[in-house]
Amino acid sequence: MTTNISFLLNGDQISYEIKDHWTLLHLLREEMGLIGTKEGCGNGECGACTVIVDKLAVNSCLYLAIDADKKTIETIEGLASTDGTLHPLQQSFVDNGGIQCGFCTPGMIMSSKALLDENPNAGREEIKHALAGNICRCTGYIQIFESVEAAKKMGGQNE
Amino acid sequence: MKPFKYLSPTTVEEAISFYGQHSETAKYVAGGTDVIVKVKEGWIEPDFLISLKKITELSDLHKNEATGELSIGAAVTHATLEKSLMIRNEYPIIYDAVSNIGSLQIRNVGTIGGNLINAVPSADGAIPMIALDGVVLLHGPDGERSCAVKDLFVSPYKTILKPGEILKKITIPPQRPHTGSAYIKFGRRAAMELPLIGIGVLLTVEDDLETCTKARICLGVAAPTPMRAFEAEKLLVGKKINEDILRQAGETAADESKVRDSVRGKAWHRKEMIRVQVRRMGLACMEIIWNNN
Ligand SMILES: Cc1cc2nc3c(=O)[nH]c(=O)nc-3n(C[C@H](O)[C@H](O)[C@H](O)COP(=O)(O)OP(=O)(O)OC[C@H]3O[C@@H](n4cnc5c(N)ncnc54)[C@H](O)[C@@H]3O)c2cc1C
Ligand code: FES
Ligand code: FES
Repeated sequence: MTTNISFLLNGDQISYEIKDHWTLLHLLREEMGLIGTKEGCGNGECGACTVIVDKLAVNSCLYLAIDADKKTIETIEGLASTDGTLHPLQQSFVDNGGIQCGFCTPGMIMSSKALLDENPNAGREEIKHALAGNICRCTGYIQIFESVEAAKKMGGQNE
Repeated sequence: MKPFKYLSPTTVEEAISFYGQHSETAKYVAGGTDVIVKVKEGWIEPDFLISLKKITELSDLHKNEATGELSIGAAVTHATLEKSLMIRNEYPIIYDAVSNIGSLQIRNVGTIGGNLINAVPSADGAIPMIALDGVVLLHGPDGERSCAVKDLFVSPYKTILKPGEILKKITIPPQRPHTGSAYIKFGRRAAMELPLIGIGVLLTVEDDLETCTKARICLGVAAPTPMRAFEAEKLLVGKKINEDILRQAGETAADESKVRDSVRGKAWHRKEMIRVQVRRMGLACMEIIWNNN
């Protein structure tokens, strides 16, 4: 019950022998050691595990790794440049109080990135709609929405 | 999670033959937002998951402009429906219902077919399909058959599907001019919550833009399966639609409903919401009809 899959992960071509029942979250965190993506509920309810698959935000805790075959995956690890410069969304979350404990942040930022990549002019209602599946127990959300809005002005849709 | 083998057929026939080989030890999966949760929790323990994702015909969404018939493949995701301008403009009741299912992450993978076959009393996707007189096409080991969406549901979590049968698509017959439709998922908040009650209304009026020729009032979480409030519908047909008659329809629909107390809400509250929301959704239909004229 193992299968070979290949996919593009943060720009790198990857081949991996996976077990059919692995979730994408398991593959990323436990097998590949990419622990930026978080596991909160494991049931699709909190959004902490959000990654982008072929431009769409998905819960990696419910997404099977085998379905990532031939797809393009983006995780929080792929956002900052190699010289350490943060992605506009990351910088904006830092600057605008969008991060407190930080547990929800990778998921929040990946959901926000999927939104701004598709709709660079998203307004407050669209931001709320896109982030409704990301739970934050710290910030009260306002600073998060403000962070996304500020990132928009910085060109948050750019790679 | 208990290990399983994942099979990815590319045709409906191949999927059915896989099911034939493995029968009860196999389970179909589309988006997996329901199946994967159940496997993770250990509620089901399939040895084989037969994925429907690679069967391209199941992801087809199109309207036949010549006949006016809309065809929605079972594996079309909620997000695809939500983003389609054709759906938003011509079938607002579908847009209303799918755009508040779970979260965007859930809608990006969850499918309309999975929503129907899940058959939870609160399935948001079922109400618009019933209100639009949708027909499902099923394909199984014994061939194809079809039935009205409203007759698909037997009891909570149970549909008429026979072992191995696949839901291929939902067909929506052409709509008449001067038709408006609207759905509301009523709960504490729309996102990430199953509705306390789901209310869908569809109205068609004559050229005078007030006399009702067709009415559909469909309720979710109001009975063990999604239901139509036939008496309330009858009350509207032939009448001029105004707030007063819609209020009466709301009363009748509330009386017809078989709401119950549950952890998420009390029966009296659900009835009250049916009364109020049938009227409001009726008025929303009329707004749409007037705006489109
Ligand atoms: C966090 C969360 C929030 C949710 N919120 C909502 C909500 O607000 N409203 C709501 O209605 N639902 C909600 N759901 C439930 C679920 O996401 C939806 O019902 C979704 O549409 C299921 O589709 P799927 O493709 O993921 O189904 P799957 O999990 O792939 O399948 C569901 C069932 O249908 C069967 N099946 C799927 N496709 C077919 C087919 N073509 N033919 C035959 N059988 C088939 C499967 O065998 C399985 O029994 C939520 C789920 C989660 C995890
Ligand atoms: S861990 Fe995936 S949604 Fe909570
Ligand atoms: S910053 Fe702590 S959960 Fe969001």
